[in-house]
Amino acid sequence: MGSNSLHVLKGINFSVEEGELVAIMGSSGSGKSTLLNILGMLDVLDEGSYTLDGVPIKNLNETKAAQYRNKFLGFVFQSFNLINYKSAMENVALPLYYQKVGRKERQEKALKYLEQVGLREWADHLPSELSGGQKQRVAIARAMAAEPKVLLADEPTGALDSTTSYEVMDLIQKINDAGNTILIVTHEPDIADMCKRIVHLKDGVIVEDKKITQVRASQYV
Amino acid sequence: MLNRDRWREILEVLTTNWFRTVLTAFGVFWGILILIILLAAGKGLENGIRANFGSIATNTVFMWSQSTSMEYKGLPKGRRFNFKLEDVTAIRREVGNLRFVSPRNQLGGFNGANNVVRGIKTGAFNVYGDYPDIINQDPMSITSGRFINHLDIDEKRKVAIIGEGVRSSLYEMGEEVVGTYIKIQGVNFTVIGTYKKNSNNGNAEEAQKEIYVPFTSFAQAFNQGDNVGWMAITAKDGSSITQLKEQVFEVVRENRKIHPQDLRAIGHFDLYEEFSRVVSLFGAMRWIAYFVGILVLLSGVIGVSNIMLIVVKERTKEIGIRRALGEDPWSIRLQILMESVFLTIISGMAGISFGALVIYLINYVLDANGPVEMFANPSVSLGVVLIALLILIISGLLAGFIPAQSAIKVRPIEALRAE
Ligand SMILES: Nc1ncnc2c1ncn2[C@@H]1O[C@H](COP(=O)(O)OP(=O)(O)OP(=O)(O)O)[C@@H](O)[C@H]1O
Ligand SMILES: [Mg+2]
Repeated sequence: MGSNSLHVLKGINFSVEEGELVAIMGSSGSGKSTLLNILGMLDVLDEGSYTLDGVPIKNLNETKAAQYRNKFLGFVFQSFNLINYKSAMENVALPLYYQKVGRKERQEKALKYLEQVGLREWADHLPSELSGGQKQRVAIARAMAAEPKVLLADEPTGALDSTTSYEVMDLIQKINDAGNTILIVTHEPDIADMCKRIVHLKDGVIVEDKKITQVRASQYV
Repeated sequence: MLNRDRWREILEVLTTNWFRTVLTAFGVFWGILILIILLAAGKGLENGIRANFGSIATNTVFMWSQSTSMEYKGLPKGRRFNFKLEDVTAIRREVGNLRFVSPRNQLGGFNGANNVVRGIKTGAFNVYGDYPDIINQDPMSITSGRFINHLDIDEKRKVAIIGEGVRSSLYEMGEEVVGTYIKIQGVNFTVIGTYKKNSNNGNAEEAQKEIYVPFTSFAQAFNQGDNVGWMAITAKDGSSITQLKEQVFEVVRENRKIHPQDLRAIGHFDLYEEFSRVVSLFGAMRWIAYFVGILVLLSGVIGVSNIMLIVVKERTKEIGIRRALGEDPWSIRLQILMESVFLTIISGMAGISFGALVIYLINYVLDANGPVEMFANPSVSLGVVLIALLILIISGLLAGFIPAQSAIKVRPIEALRAE
């Protein structure tokens, strides 16, 4: 990454238990995305160690990393990152395709997850034909399709209005209720309050890490 | 590996920008077209030249006597000599692997005086005294009657086979030829047949103006004794006359008391050697065709590689997403390689097909307008098409290799950040 290196994260010591729903907060540039990307194996750490499900993640070759991303991790991005020439269903089916699941089973599962996010009727639509909230729900369905243990969401509600944000959070809470571990990067305090734990970052260090009582999003929907 | 999703994606990628795809494809199309047409043209030239050699047995050497250039066994240098019939038997006896040894005597020649008379018509023709075997060494088609046979030789019959050219100068149109008499240098011969030679080379005209008579009757009629003017010697298939000819010369030198080192006493023309030289020229031409064709193709391939790089660049974000979702890097590489190979093969096949069409049209025009000198039936074999396909697949892989690598090289997070 260029010749002059920049220390974004400086000594972070933190662990997440199975089934947690963690919000990562902090001002812009504090290193939230960087942390999440390292946890998601999209970026690599220079120093220190990272253990995922008991496996030390260090110097993995790209093939191994791809397998972990596929089986353990699901991503939701602020900008949705759907593949725009594939229909909603095909987008959701992608992680299964990479697992070499058969075509028929793939479609069935994809429809099942679209159903869960309430977009079954939109299965054949291209992303360009969906609203922002719908896109994000497709992205969540896609992240869940491979049944990952951990869901990583970088500002999943960043591009959505508050009503739609709550819909998305409702979905995320339900997924968490089902036992998945979820980490969400967010700027919005009301979104953070819907998690079970809030981690505050500032200039690459954790300044606060507290458990909270979860606010259910369903009451706003 | 080649499932429906892959195909859909390949088509998706290649059809998003039709104009660009077609332009890229054109480079490969053009390269393979030039390769095919050059190879076909080379083949056409080869066929033409082979036809020029006609159906003459190419494993043949012609030899004639000249004068000696060295003293030997008390005989002076500059001595004129003749081959004898016993040389023919000696060659047959002592040199193995020969198929035909045909002695020949000859009268007349180019621009000679009139030597043949029929009634009030006269003409100047080559008259050969030959053995029946000669028809295998210098094939001709008998258009009426028959050729010389062994009975003619044994009984020294005064019979003659005349070329179509001789017939047209000595006979009226449609006149019956077989059974008539012609006078060759004052000696009467019965015409027993006519022939036509089918080589299409420049002296085709000349080749029809010859008269064949039995060797023995020729010798008797024109006082040749047992002299032999020249010989046509053909080796058996599988052995080369070029290697055997020295043995033949040795036998003759020995018999004719010629110094073993006297190379000038016997003149010869080695058809096989000439033929091999031409054949090796064809080989060289083929190499040039491959060289030029592949160079042109290479520029097409570089074009494909370039476009694939751009495609990869445009799809950086998509590739990032796919990697974030856990697609195996090999699967991504494979996808890009397949796109590149697919594009190369499709455009290459178009080039091959178009080349075949051009070749077909050339053949059509050639057929319609009659034969052209030194050029006949240009064509490419199935083998060449398969080689071309192989070249295409390899070049498609090469063209895709760098782009495929560059798709994987960036870290997923960088790819995702791309716009
Ligand atoms: N590609 C990059 N090259 C160089 N520096 C980068 C790059 N990406 C991020 N950074 C730096 O890393 C630091 C942390 O960035 P990061 O994206 O993690 O912040 P963030 O907390 O997610 O901010 P935001 O809330 O704006 O998304 C920033 O100071 C930024 O300048
Ligand atoms: Mg960020």
